[in-house]
Amino acid sequence: MGKDIREDIAWAQINRDVLKSLESPRKLYWVIIFAAMLVFSVGVGCEIYQYNTGMGVANLDNPHVWGLYIATFIFWIGMSHSGTLLSAILHLMHADWRKPIYRFAEAMTTFSLMTAGLFVMVHLGRLWQFYYAVPYPNERWTWPNFQSPLLWDAMAIFTYLSSSVIFLYVGMIPDLAICRDHLHPGWRKKLYTLLALGWEGTDRQWRNFRMTYLTVACFLIPLAVSVHSIVASDFAMSQQPGWHVTSFPPYFVAGALYSGCAAIITLFIILRYVFRFEEYMTLPILKKTVRLTFAIAMVWTYLNCIEFASVWYSHDQVAKDVLIQKATGTYAPFWWAMIFCGSVVPFAMMVKKWQTNIPVMFAVSLLLNLGMWLERWMIVSPTFSHGYYPWTWDHNQWPSMIQWGIVFGSFGWFTLLFMVFCKVFPSVSMYEVKEMVYHRSLELKKKELAAKGAN
Amino acid sequence: MSVSNLLENWSKFRHTHPVEDKGVPDWEAYPSEIKWAMAIDLDACTGCNACSVACYAENNLPVVGKEKYSHGQAMHWMRIERYWDENDGQFVADQGARFLPMMCQQCEAAPCETVCPVGATNHTEDGLNSQIYNRCIGSRYCSANCPYKVRYFNWYDYPSTKDVWPSPLNEQLNPDLTVRGKGVMEKCTFCKQRTYTARNNAKTEGREVKDGDVQTACQEACPAGAISFGNLHDPESRVAKQWQSQQVELAKEKQEKDEKEGNRLRGYRILEELRPYPSVMYLERVRESAV
Ligand code: SF4
Ligand code: SF4
Repeated sequence: MGKDIREDIAWAQINRDVLKSLESPRKLYWVIIFAAMLVFSVGVGCEIYQYNTGMGVANLDNPHVWGLYIATFIFWIGMSHSGTLLSAILHLMHADWRKPIYRFAEAMTTFSLMTAGLFVMVHLGRLWQFYYAVPYPNERWTWPNFQSPLLWDAMAIFTYLSSSVIFLYVGMIPDLAICRDHLHPGWRKKLYTLLALGWEGTDRQWRNFRMTYLTVACFLIPLAVSVHSIVASDFAMSQQPGWHVTSFPPYFVAGALYSGCAAIITLFIILRYVFRFEEYMTLPILKKTVRLTFAIAMVWTYLNCIEFASVWYSHDQVAKDVLIQKATGTYAPFWWAMIFCGSVVPFAMMVKKWQTNIPVMFAVSLLLNLGMWLERWMIVSPTFSHGYYPWTWDHNQWPSMIQWGIVFGSFGWFTLLFMVFCKVFPSVSMYEVKEMVYHRSLELKKKELAAKGAN
Repeated sequence: MSVSNLLENWSKFRHTHPVEDKGVPDWEAYPSEIKWAMAIDLDACTGCNACSVACYAENNLPVVGKEKYSHGQAMHWMRIERYWDENDGQFVADQGARFLPMMCQQCEAAPCETVCPVGATNHTEDGLNSQIYNRCIGSRYCSANCPYKVRYFNWYDYPSTKDVWPSPLNEQLNPDLTVRGKGVMEKCTFCKQRTYTARNNAKTEGREVKDGDVQTACQEACPAGAISFGNLHDPESRVAKQWQSQQVELAKEKQEKDEKEGNRLRGYRILEELRPYPSVMYLERVRESAV
């Protein structure tokens, strides 16, 4: 296995390489931005139409009151998890190969949460009244219903989003100072000056910085687990067949980490090419990410089996029927596609040669994400098609173009935010990469010395 | 104080619920004199749909039209369900259909209530599941969790849609209640405008509500008299008598069947095993089997 990073990169070189990404990305960058804007405006158009006309244009009905919106909402929430996994958990575990890639993973967390929040809004029938769900003091003392998992959801997402933003920002302060010191005067310089909070790199600052970073990281980990458990509670706490499953929270968390890791691989490959980060986002690091993803994929597969098995062996006939419907009914193609993409495709990541093959991994990561998106859809919709009540049985519904359009548009929105971020802020953590290079070169020296001593 | 208000409401929340697991309804703990309930005799029901038409008229339900109806976006608070007997996988046509009028079951432990994020749907003192249209944000979680799927969402902006009440239907819109706007959930209210009028009248006259003071629109319209409605607390009311004679109790999870000759119990509630404790009791249909 190759080296995670070359030990002989000069620190000034690191600065130069990363700062260059803020100025001159490849042309592909602008193509992506343009495409994202296009896709996003499709979504905006659909949403405006839906807002004006009513939710009916989404082709939702009774009993299918939820559809792609909720499924995609879970998908985006899930995607946000690997940012925390990579940056906080691996940080605590001292896995330093995360260093060149955690910054963009964190940005991904933040932006996918923002996209998920969008879906909560989009799916509301009266989105102009969304603030009713916020516990704010008001004249009539009307409070939201604290019993509702949906309310927990709103709070959990908000907490997770704000902590993720803080985490991302705190971790970026030393880098912002570098940007501030190296850039020509202009709006950017002003921005960095403001955000760098007068960072000088003194000992005391470093000490406080490390402490803060560690604290936020520790705070974030239980939060990440709880957020997706709560999203799972939206389903598990209801009493509908197919949703009322105890293993939902861990199942959702595993699925979240899974889709997040897959997305990291996708973005890894894109960023590496677009911003010329070949030196930092190296193939050995890709390999490690791929292995991590494979492990999580297996956990997900296992929990999937558990879910099916517990439904199968229960006496809950209706839940069982829902499961059978999933595998044989109208949703069968999607359901089997989910199994294929989620549990079979990952084995491609076991092939040593493919682990560092960029086109293959790119394709695999897209398939995994497709599988995870299908998983969410297969959780939401089939239950409505086969509920307790006979008249809902086999009452199928296909999302309208408006619904597809909004889901499509959300990808544009996410890409837009993410790409703008990468151009405005350093998407590779300069100071941590320097640390990494330093440690590695130290190790190398030690080895050399030991070798000399042995001679 | 807002906080003390919150705490007080919090501790009161559902504690006054009549359905404790004692096996009998704890009427002492019940917050009011009145517990509205219904009984529907399926033997009398002919599936004529008069009730659902009456409900449309009484409650200003929008007529969505063929296209939206086939998209599953109809707004009938009451619907007549049809079932056919199956024999070896074959429908027995000459046995005809069985009909079952279905509306919100006004569950005492309503699955829809706990999940609403803003508390737009909650329990009234007289044992109804109420829906506050102004408070609803349209998350549709209540509908997702209602096992009977009897909540209807305003998918479009009906008050401003043409031909929802084509003339002269617009003349008969009920002034006693609203036309719901887009994006809110609605459902059968046991004709709340009527029950409240009855209560207020009784109060003005300084007496208790008595049986027959109030009829729901569906009950009034039913030519077969299949529906009875009234106060379950009043032992003299028709509903209470029917519930009692069928040994259906509000707090019971499962109606026991007594198949003894001459003592046949026909009363049951739908999906009792989920424990929503519905306030609607059905009387099973009995007929000679042709098979
Ligand atoms: S029948 Fe459905 S809508 Fe009516 S109270 Fe029960 S759960 Fe709620
Ligand atoms: S009680 Fe009133 S609202 Fe309910 S189904 Fe009957 S007519 Fe409609």
